[in-house]
Amino acid sequence: MHPALQGVITILLGVGGCVGYFYLSNLLLDRVFFPPRGPNAGRNINRANMIRPWLFLLPALIALGLYLAYPVVETMRLSLTDRVPGGGYRWVSGANYAQMMGEPKFWEAVRNNFLWLLVVPALSTAFGLLAAQLTDRIRWGSLAKSLIFMPMAISFVGAAVIWRLVYDYRGTGDEQIGILNAIVVGLGGDAQAWLTIPFWNNFFLMAVLIWIQTGFAMVILSAALRGIPEETVEAAIVDGAGPFQIFFKIKVPQIMGTIVVVWTTITIVVLKIFDIVFAMTNGQWETQVLANYMYDKLFRANDWGVGSAAAMVIMLLVTPILVWNVWNARKEMR
Amino acid sequence: MDNIAGTKSGLTWAVHISVAVLVILWLFPTVGLLVSSLRTADQIATSGWWKALFPQEQVLQLRTGSPEEAVQEGDIWVLEGNLFENGAEGLSIRAFGTSSRDVAAYEPGQTAEMGEGEAITLTDNGAYRYTFAEEPEGGRGQRVFVTAVTPPEFTLQNYYRVLFDPSNREGMAKAFFNTLTVAIPATIIPILIAAFAAYALAWMDFPGRALLIAAIVALLVVPLQLALIPLLKFHNTIGIGKGYLGVWLAHTGFGLPLAIYLLRNYMVGLPRDIIENARVDGASDFQIFVRIILPLSFPALASFAIFQFLWTWNDLLVALVFLIDATGDTTVMTRQIVELLGTRGGNWEILATSAFVSIAVPLVVFFAMQRYLVRGLLAGSVK
Repeated sequence: MHPALQGVITILLGVGGCVGYFYLSNLLLDRVFFPPRGPNAGRNINRANMIRPWLFLLPALIALGLYLAYPVVETMRLSLTDRVPGGGYRWVSGANYAQMMGEPKFWEAVRNNFLWLLVVPALSTAFGLLAAQLTDRIRWGSLAKSLIFMPMAISFVGAAVIWRLVYDYRGTGDEQIGILNAIVVGLGGDAQAWLTIPFWNNFFLMAVLIWIQTGFAMVILSAALRGIPEETVEAAIVDGAGPFQIFFKIKVPQIMGTIVVVWTTITIVVLKIFDIVFAMTNGQWETQVLANYMYDKLFRANDWGVGSAAAMVIMLLVTPILVWNVWNARKEMR
Repeated sequence: MDNIAGTKSGLTWAVHISVAVLVILWLFPTVGLLVSSLRTADQIATSGWWKALFPQEQVLQLRTGSPEEAVQEGDIWVLEGNLFENGAEGLSIRAFGTSSRDVAAYEPGQTAEMGEGEAITLTDNGAYRYTFAEEPEGGRGQRVFVTAVTPPEFTLQNYYRVLFDPSNREGMAKAFFNTLTVAIPATIIPILIAAFAAYALAWMDFPGRALLIAAIVALLVVPLQLALIPLLKFHNTIGIGKGYLGVWLAHTGFGLPLAIYLLRNYMVGLPRDIIENARVDGASDFQIFVRIILPLSFPALASFAIFQFLWTWNDLLVALVFLIDATGDTTVMTRQIVELLGTRGGNWEILATSAFVSIAVPLVVFFAMQRYLVRGLLAGSVK
């Protein structure tokens, strides 16, 4: 069957199935099991109303359970076992973790992930804040915002190609076609193969993600800046505050909550970063990160045990943010 | 707040300039890709893309016609013609020379003396007048170096090659349709499932509701890396293996937490009166949902649909794991581009064009629906 046709049929089945399920299950509940009539009408209505939320939730709960909750548990189990050739699993407790800890490539990935964590959320938020503050004050601000926001729509892989062109390197005698090298040569320096310089190349990869995430930070922070009560700013002006004082002492403290949200959101993106490294260097020249290390283990080395252990490390790093988010969400609902 | 007291006009200029710099920095890389995709392989390899935007100076080595064809005029022999006889129209000459040691010795209109009574006059459109004091002997024409300005030149050839050439080995046309096949069902299917769940979480009272919402918030940040192996095993067990069905299901599962979260946040904000009035009038929850909530939630549904579409279109990892099998028939664009990066990193014309084809669709969606995207971002994270 042609994939497009298969797609159309799946859409029809998926959407039709959903509508049918919701309609029929509600019908069944109201007409057959607990009809709101007869001697037990009142009790039936109550019972139906107790069951109905679960009818509404059921498909989502199944999907979430199967596709997100169960894998967490299963990955933990896999990280503690080894596959036995010919099928089946053997319990090895911490051996996979021990093996992983013994690999220099793992520690390289951990180091790089921490570098990413330090640099990318901070710079993205800072640039985003700067862009938000500046564009809010000028007439063509919304156009500028839209252009800075644009990389959000570009895939990590597309961005990798775009930046590979920026970093492109030709031999010293040739004309440089990468704009970075062209600028460096124009200023009298030597052209470099940027992506192969160990340690510093990490920062050239980070630039790609900062380029993508700044727009996100800007959009959210700009909304927060506009939400600041004007009286506070006016009062500061009356008191003789300069523009920089207003920004740092009046505005920033008031949007601190939003800054933290932006920061943590980008942090999560960074922890899962995979495509950029996979497409640009594939972890060569000391640019390995955890997600790519995990992919290497799972699908190149076919070592599910160590791969799952690496995935658990990512999960462990995400957990504090997860707890913090849940705690905040609960606080809000009270 | 443009002109409140205390804002200096000097600062306003600084703001304009800084924003301009930021925009240029953010736009330049993408423009580079676009321009490169419109150039030939030769052009890309020999000069930076930024030079393609301006007329370029280049030094050409051309020849006059053969001296045999010179005509006698009084006591001199004259050969007239145009250096650009074989095409290359639209060029304009900045300077010319007859010796390789000084290729820009003369300006157009001047006369270059070459000794032995020979002289050549050249105008800026390439027309020359070559004079000889004595009857010239045969042989090849005189070598002339011209510094010419070539206008910017772009071509759609790369796009033709990548998308329509039946013999192309990059397979981008197929990958384009595969990507579309992945993205559209994976965008539509989660919406309805999420909308019903979000309604229950927003407007129905039942024990465990707060716990469920907390669980959704938690699942929002669970890295999908954890799901790869267990789900691949699961798909193999139930017999779908690698393929479209698997990738649709996976995207549905991974997209649901955000969908439910966004939609619930939106639905909670809908006016309570409308819903309670409908209840009083005897509408069932199902009717309220279909007739009132769903139409009112359109902006939130649109936001999520855009997110999910961008995410599924741009995705690489999920497709690698759940879709692309050994035959490679179901490859998606992101995967093709990574392949090109690996094997043919030097072929910038193909690479740039392929990448631009793959980012063009999200960019169109982005610019057309930016309003909904921003609204969704704000609902999804500012709290």
